Amino acid sequence: MSETTRKENFFTRLLTDNPVFGLYLGICSTLAITTNINNAIGMGVAVTVVLTLSNILVSAVRDITPDDIHIPVYIVIIATLVTIVGMLMQAYTPSLYSALGAFIDLIVVNCIILGRAEAFASMNPIGPSAKDGLLMGISYTVSLIAMSLVRQILGTGILSFSNPFTNQEIFALRLIPKGFEIPMFSSQVGAFLTFACLAAAIAAYKNSLAAKEKAKTKGAK
Amino acid sequence: MHLFTMFLSAILINNIVLSKFLGMCPFMGVSTRLENAIGMGVAVIFVIFGASILSWCLYYFLLVPLHLEYMELICFILLIAAFVQFVEMFVKKNSPTLYKQLGIYLPLITTNCAVLYVAQDNITQGYNLIETIVNSIAVPAGFMMMLCIFACIRERLQGNDVPKAFEGNPIAFIIAAIMAVAFTSLSGLV
Repeated sequence: MSETTRKENFFTRLLTDNPVFGLYLGICSTLAITTNINNAIGMGVAVTVVLTLSNILVSAVRDITPDDIHIPVYIVIIATLVTIVGMLMQAYTPSLYSALGAFIDLIVVNCIILGRAEAFASMNPIGPSAKDGLLMGISYTVSLIAMSLVRQILGTGILSFSNPFTNQEIFALRLIPKGFEIPMFSSQVGAFLTFACLAAAIAAYKNSLAAKEKAKTKGAK
Repeated sequence: MHLFTMFLSAILINNIVLSKFLGMCPFMGVSTRLENAIGMGVAVIFVIFGASILSWCLYYFLLVPLHLEYMELICFILLIAAFVQFVEMFVKKNSPTLYKQLGIYLPLITTNCAVLYVAQDNITQGYNLIETIVNSIAVPAGFMMMLCIFACIRERLQGNDVPKAFEGNPIAFIIAAIMAVAFTSLSGLV
C-alpha cells in the first residue's frame, strides 16, 4: 500500500467510518463528558489504551477461546483492563478521575470496545488488531475533542487546557467576551444539539461523496 | 416519604437518559416504533431490577467480607452478563411467545450501560436493600417512559420532510435536546 492511499484511508476512517458520528457507538460517554477539553482528552486516551490492549489480548487468545463463551471471556479481559486503567488514573490524575466519575468504569460497556473485539480482533492476528484498536481509539478521541471544543467555547467562552498530572493550567484563552457565552451548551441540551449538528455535518459530507461518485459513474457511461 | 422522593426524582429529574446520558444505544436503536419501545422497556426494568439486587447482595455478602472491593467492576459485569443469559434461557423455555417479543432485546441489554451504572450507583451511594430496590425500579421506569415518549414522537416524524443531512439519527438527537429542555424545567419539583 502506498503512502497516499494509506493517508486517504486514515481520513475516510476518521470521517465516514467515525465510530461516534458515523456508526453511533459509544454515544453515552461522548455526550456526558465532553464539557471541556481536559475531560475529552483524558477519556479519549483511556479508551484508546483499553481498546488497543483489549484488541491485542483478544486476538492473542482467539484460537483457544471456546466459541460458546467468547463474549464473557472478552468482557472479563476488558473489565480487567478498565480496572487497571481506572486505578492508574485514580493514583496519578485524581482530578481527572473525579471529573470523569462513573464513566471510567462504564468504559467496559462502551460498545466500540466490545464491537472491535468481536468484529475485528477475534479474527485477525495481533499486529493488525493492535493497529485497528489504535486507529479506532484515535478517531474516538478526535470526535470527543471536536464535541468538547464546540461545547467549551460556546458554553464558557474560554478555551483552556491544564496538565492532568499537576492540575496546572497550561493556557486559557477567552474567545467570547464575558456575558456573551451560551451556558446552555455546557448542559445536557447543548450536548444533544452539538452531537446532532456534528452528526448531520458528517452525513452531509457522506451524501456529497456519494453524489460525486454517482456523477463519476454517470460520466463514465 | 424519603423513598417516594427518591422514586420521583429518579424518574423525572435525574432521568437516566436525559440527564445522565446512559442507555443511549438502545434509546436510539429501538425507539422507532412504540411496540418495540415497550418490549425493550419491560426487558430493561426486569434486568436492572434483578441484576441490581443480585449485585448488591454479591457486594455486601461476598466482596466486603473477603476485602475484594476492587473486584467490583469485573464481578458486576460478569453477573449482569450471566443474569441476562439466564433470563434469556428461562424465558425461552417457559414462555415462547414472550421470548418472541423480547428475544432480540435481551442480548442487547448486557451492553446497556444503564444496567452497570445502576448496580454501581447503589453501592457508591451507600443504599440499603430497600433503597436499592426502589432505586432499581425507578431508574429503568424513567428509561422506559422516555423510550415510549420518544418512540411516539419518532413515529409521527416518519412522514415529515426533514433536511437530508438530518435524516435518521441526527434529527432524533435534536428531539432529545428539546425534550431535555422540557425536563430541566421539572428540576424544582423535589
